[in-house]
Amino acid sequence: MSETLLRVEKLDVTFAIPKRGALPWTKPHYLQAVSKADLTLARGETLGLVGESGSGKSTLARAIVGTIRPAGGRVLWRGQDLTQYTPAQRRAHGRHVQMIFQDPLAALNPRMNVGQIIAEPLATHRPEIGATDRRRRVGEMMERVGLLPNLQNRYPHEFSGGQCQRIGIARALITEPELVICDEPVSALDVSVQAQVVNLLGALQKEMGLSLIFIAHDLSVVRHVSNRISVMYLGRIMETGPAAAVTATPAHPYTRALISSVPIPDPKLEKSRHRPILKGELPSPMNPPSGCVFRTRCPIARESCAEARPPLEPAGPKHDVACPYHDEVEAVETAK
Amino acid sequence: MAMFATGTAAETLAQSAPMGPPRSLWADARARFFRNRAAVASLIVLGLVAAFALFGPLVARHSIETIDWAILGNVDEAGGPCFLSGPDNEIPPCSDSGHYFGTDAQARDLFARTVQGTQISLMVGVVGALIAVVVGTLYGAISGYFGGRLDNVMMRIVDILMSIPYMFVLILLLVVFGRSILMLFVGIGLISWLDMARIARGQTLSLREKEFVEAAIATGVHPFRIILRHIVPNLLGVVIVYATLLVPSMIIYESFISFLGLGVQEPLTSWGALINEGADQMRQGLWMLLVPLFFFVVSLFSFFFLGDGLRDALDPKDR
Amino acid sequence: MTDAKPLLRVRDLKVTFDTPDGALGAVNGISLDVGAGDTLAVVGESGSGKTQLAFAMLGLLAKNGRAEGSVMLDGSEILNLPDSKLNKVRAQRVSMIFQDPMTSLNPYLRVGTQMAEVLQLHRGMSRREAMKESAAMLDAVRIPDAASRLAMYPHEFSGGMRQRIMIAMSLLCRPALLIADEPTTALDVTVQAQIMELLSEIRAEFGTAIILITHDLGIVAGACERTMVMYGGRVMEAGPTEKLFEAPSHPYTLGLLAAVPRLDVAQDELRTIPGDPPDLLSLPPGCPFAPRCPLAHPPCRETMPPLVPFDGDRVRACHAPTEEVKP
Repeated sequence: MSETLLRVEKLDVTFAIPKRGALPWTKPHYLQAVSKADLTLARGETLGLVGESGSGKSTLARAIVGTIRPAGGRVLWRGQDLTQYTPAQRRAHGRHVQMIFQDPLAALNPRMNVGQIIAEPLATHRPEIGATDRRRRVGEMMERVGLLPNLQNRYPHEFSGGQCQRIGIARALITEPELVICDEPVSALDVSVQAQVVNLLGALQKEMGLSLIFIAHDLSVVRHVSNRISVMYLGRIMETGPAAAVTATPAHPYTRALISSVPIPDPKLEKSRHRPILKGELPSPMNPPSGCVFRTRCPIARESCAEARPPLEPAGPKHDVACPYHDEVEAVETAK
Repeated sequence: MAMFATGTAAETLAQSAPMGPPRSLWADARARFFRNRAAVASLIVLGLVAAFALFGPLVARHSIETIDWAILGNVDEAGGPCFLSGPDNEIPPCSDSGHYFGTDAQARDLFARTVQGTQISLMVGVVGALIAVVVGTLYGAISGYFGGRLDNVMMRIVDILMSIPYMFVLILLLVVFGRSILMLFVGIGLISWLDMARIARGQTLSLREKEFVEAAIATGVHPFRIILRHIVPNLLGVVIVYATLLVPSMIIYESFISFLGLGVQEPLTSWGALINEGADQMRQGLWMLLVPLFFFVVSLFSFFFLGDGLRDALDPKDR
Repeated sequence: MTDAKPLLRVRDLKVTFDTPDGALGAVNGISLDVGAGDTLAVVGESGSGKTQLAFAMLGLLAKNGRAEGSVMLDGSEILNLPDSKLNKVRAQRVSMIFQDPMTSLNPYLRVGTQMAEVLQLHRGMSRREAMKESAAMLDAVRIPDAASRLAMYPHEFSGGMRQRIMIAMSLLCRPALLIADEPTTALDVTVQAQIMELLSEIRAEFGTAIILITHDLGIVAGACERTMVMYGGRVMEAGPTEKLFEAPSHPYTLGLLAAVPRLDVAQDELRTIPGDPPDLLSLPPGCPFAPRCPLAHPPCRETMPPLVPFDGDRVRACHAPTEEVKP
């Protein structure tokens, strides 16, 4: 668990948004999708990345995979800076990092059969493996993810959503990667199937010693699968810490609001629960608030919050939070 | 003991495996296509027209340039289709003349000439569409996939080519380099892929956002392989439909040039040239117009119906 | 269910679709009652028929769909009424909100215009009155600065705001019943919490009965008095939400509850329901859940168990005795 696999340092990702109706050479607007993000991931560890839409969690993941070029900062893979890789090096690195996507059917090419889909990463990174051997490996991998191996010549649309997600998982694991980035892997699935996929991912992680970055908006699922959780809001990491600590004793006022919004399937508990509901709307990422970006919706915001962006500070063992007043959250809430 | 077993990887082997033979999207589309009667009928008609062009020469009793001296000078009276032959007209019976469709104004066998015109017209249409499919699809897919500056440059080239009055250029080509079938193909090839490139690019832009393409990029598949394996096969549905509709427009285009007298060179002919000649003789020998016109209209209709049928069959919205 | 004459009474509703691959039974005999001011949750996964149930009640089925049975609103039959009469019902007595509000908002018209049109048409208001009432309604759904928002177009609002506008629009004619089909599925959790709170306030304020259609057991727990669990177009069990969650009487409900990870409890591994949701084209002759049911025995595969009342106000459709259904 101790060996660091991935370290993200002060990562910035900006998107250029062309001004509407402007000439091609006018300067576009810039949208800061991820701002000075720091992350570390140990071997075999699962990091949950939580945030609402527009929080930049998927963008951060794509910058780690390398499909989006960051504007600044470093992504260190075993000490090697991925942002300095040439395109060919980046492609070769794909063997070690794979992705699982949200929409299980859309993530599979409808014109390719399941065998071809799962074999593609293998054909890309291990071209020396012959066709028969490749087919055998694909069959074995299908069995491991709970698919019948004789279905290799079937097409994606013949499978259910849960089965398609298993195909996606098989494709991601066929090159025996070290890191798998799961971008909302279960949010498009039915509840009863969701649990199957979550368990499957957990079991495969143990078997293969994988590290996972698990992105989701559903805190309950993230808490269930993750060792550590990072919470993002408007491109900034607000809180990072052990999963149990972040969900049981959240330090950042945003994390608190997020957790209190998650419904619990227990009517009695639900009635007695104190739920401070977050008011207002997500500010525009094109024009984020100064200082702490959460201050416009924060119950404990004060004038000084507008001045400078609060740094991540320790709030407990391995638990960092970007709010200098996090100790006061409790006091404010009980006072209400 | 828990009622619901906690799931391990092997426990949940897929229960509901798909049944029957594997159904690719193409197989599905084929099944849908064959349910569409109008489209199947058009396909049969086009098959017949193609067979006419291929095997017509075996049936024709005259070459395209042999002049029937017995009829020349009396084409108006004796040049009609031989199956109309009877006691009240001068048309020689089929057993004698073999002019199934009659003769043209120079007393040349219209059957042989129509067969030959069909060959040329179909070839022009198919070659034009093929160039469009190959060049246009790849050009559009590359432009759309890479995006950015390359896309900008490639698409501006298309814009520029499109803004040139192609009819003028083609006429210039034909005048400068002489009238030949080759020049005709060059001219048609130059313009036919432009629209296709735009269509393919547009589709590629939306395909590039699909997760399966992202998955391939993340895996590290080489860009050209992504274009060939992931982009192009998913473009083909749209491309095929558009190509089917492009064939008739290429035929019309060629016919127009031939109608202007700039197309294929005598004694070779095409539908357009035949219709042109027929139109001149409309008052004396209506059959000279009607015969090529019949083939032209029937084929074009069939192509349009076929295109419609293919669109319905390949449209993914249907599922 | 206690009302002598309920607001909505559905009896043995069946919905069938003609597809190229054969007849598809989306809803296979559903009965339910909703009294004035009641809240009912209809819970089910994809293919449970929950949405088609709502569509059939309001005559919104796709062209290849047929509905049979009986849907009584205020004691009169509304199933398969001609559109002209249904329009009136839909506008004034029952309204529906959808997962994606953009499907029911015209992107080319200002929000105020769209809202005022409804009022002018169905409540005979003048344009001025209608605009005033629209602003009041936007205010009621907690949209700040309501009067000036009337002049905006739907795309200028965020997802949560659009859903508020939809709710405001659906309440314009003070309907007796509001059907909400996955109203928060497309929204973030914090916005979901806002919308769910709004729905319960609306109910308190206007006395509107609400049918909440959802796949999310979590939001049901806090929102509805009664819950109906559907699977394969049939009711598996129904009853007061608290009892149903505390002691599920059907193996499907039990499995569903166990499969949801909970934020407040640490679990090692999630319990799963093996297999996939049912294929409506080839439903088994017996209980649709039988192929995935850990308690299934031979009769389950042959005959559909009837809905049997028990424990006073609950019903269940399962051959296995209640005692066997235990976690």
